[in-house]
Amino acid sequence: MGTEPKAIDKRLTPEQELARRTRRSFIGLGAGAVGVAAAWHWLNAAPMEGDEISAPLRRVLGFNERVVRTALYSEDHLVRTYPASAIGKLKVNGDIGMENPLDPADWHLDLAPMGAPERMLTIEDIRSLPRHEEIIDFKCVEGWSTVTQFAGARVSDFTALFAPGSEKAAFIGMVTPSKDYYIGVDMPSALHPQALLAWEMNGKPLEDRHGAPLRLMTPVKYGIKNIKRIGRIFYTNERPADYWAEQGYDYYAGL
Amino acid sequence: MKALEEKHTLATRWFHWINVPILSAMIFSGLLIYWAYDPYRIGLGTVTLFHFFPNWFYSLTGIGQSLALGMALHFAFAWLFVINGIAYVFYTLISGEWRGLVPDRNSFREALQVALHDAGFKAPLPPQGRYNAAQRITYSAIVFMGGLSLLTGLAIYKPAQLHWLTASLGGYEWARWEHFWLTMGYVAFFAIHIAQVIRAGWANFRAMVCGYDLVGVDMGQEEAKVKVTGGD
Repeated sequence: MGTEPKAIDKRLTPEQELARRTRRSFIGLGAGAVGVAAAWHWLNAAPMEGDEISAPLRRVLGFNERVVRTALYSEDHLVRTYPASAIGKLKVNGDIGMENPLDPADWHLDLAPMGAPERMLTIEDIRSLPRHEEIIDFKCVEGWSTVTQFAGARVSDFTALFAPGSEKAAFIGMVTPSKDYYIGVDMPSALHPQALLAWEMNGKPLEDRHGAPLRLMTPVKYGIKNIKRIGRIFYTNERPADYWAEQGYDYYAGL
Repeated sequence: MKALEEKHTLATRWFHWINVPILSAMIFSGLLIYWAYDPYRIGLGTVTLFHFFPNWFYSLTGIGQSLALGMALHFAFAWLFVINGIAYVFYTLISGEWRGLVPDRNSFREALQVALHDAGFKAPLPPQGRYNAAQRITYSAIVFMGGLSLLTGLAIYKPAQLHWLTASLGGYEWARWEHFWLTMGYVAFFAIHIAQVIRAGWANFRAMVCGYDLVGVDMGQEEAKVKVTGGD
């Protein structure tokens, strides 16, 4: 290892030559070990303010996102759909932003299109869009997954009707009415044909704990992006704040 | 008369030692990820012989509550793992060293003899080149497993964009299961590998670091006092 003598030195006996090579290579191995320890320390160094992972790791996640978005992502790549017999029991894994009960009569959606005034929508407005249904494998960032049925309106249809022109934005942002949970999704993923604003799950109206009256269901993202009880939707070129990205998770979180 | 003989090329030694910290980081960060959902076990029906992993393992190693960090580390070190692995495979193919590594038609019979011999039976040791038959099979299998780890890993990483890959591995959950057991395979290999290295002794270990060992050569060959061979 390390500095390698180019040729056998003829003045040395084989024993001396081996000792010389042994000395040099073990010094090289030791130096390599020190270098690895230093690199590990650097990689796990104190994160930047407002982040839970270090800047170099955050940069690699950004690099991976660019690779995937350039070389891999296509809205033609549909996730597999399943028969109704495969539906499992989706566990409730988070209630951030939904700690207080919601009065359905009070609910409305704040919509902020890009370059147009804000407006308010009711659940009837959203349900007037074409209904799409899908039985997909819902994937949690923790590693488990559950086959689940969802029905609702495509985010792409929603955008085309209520926020025309906003498809050109780089991101869509969504926030709970309490503002405690918030996500951002890149526009290509949001416009994926299987990305729904869902009001129905497993054949029944969406339950409170699963995000009634309206939640995001995008099978090209981990569950952490599938915000429950949406209170506000906005379109922007700035990357929206994202609850779990702030906890150190990959912002893209794409599958 | 003794002479130096090259046991492992410089390239092979670099690939080997660089892989040590990379694979360690991959296994460590993999465990941080696995902790968040750890359903695998050895058992049948309701009887569980061993659960991966018991609480004592997590408290002993300090693994847990770090899924985000685990994912970031895993998807960073994966690049190094893949680059080092692919470079090694290309090097082995181009240099021709694969001939001393890949099992041939005698390897499986000979490997049995090696295993019996190592286990203390009086089995004759077959002649060997750079690696004995058991080493050929094991080292080749480890490289092959590295490729499978990459494929199963990609199938879990992007199951929507690479749905054809995920499907060909039996689906998302099977791909995660396969990825886990490949890793357990590395851990088992590592334990046996270390035991065999200790057993083989200092000169063998030194050769993996400096590349050379002293070997006896025929007397009377004045020109061959210092001899460097290609190994086999």
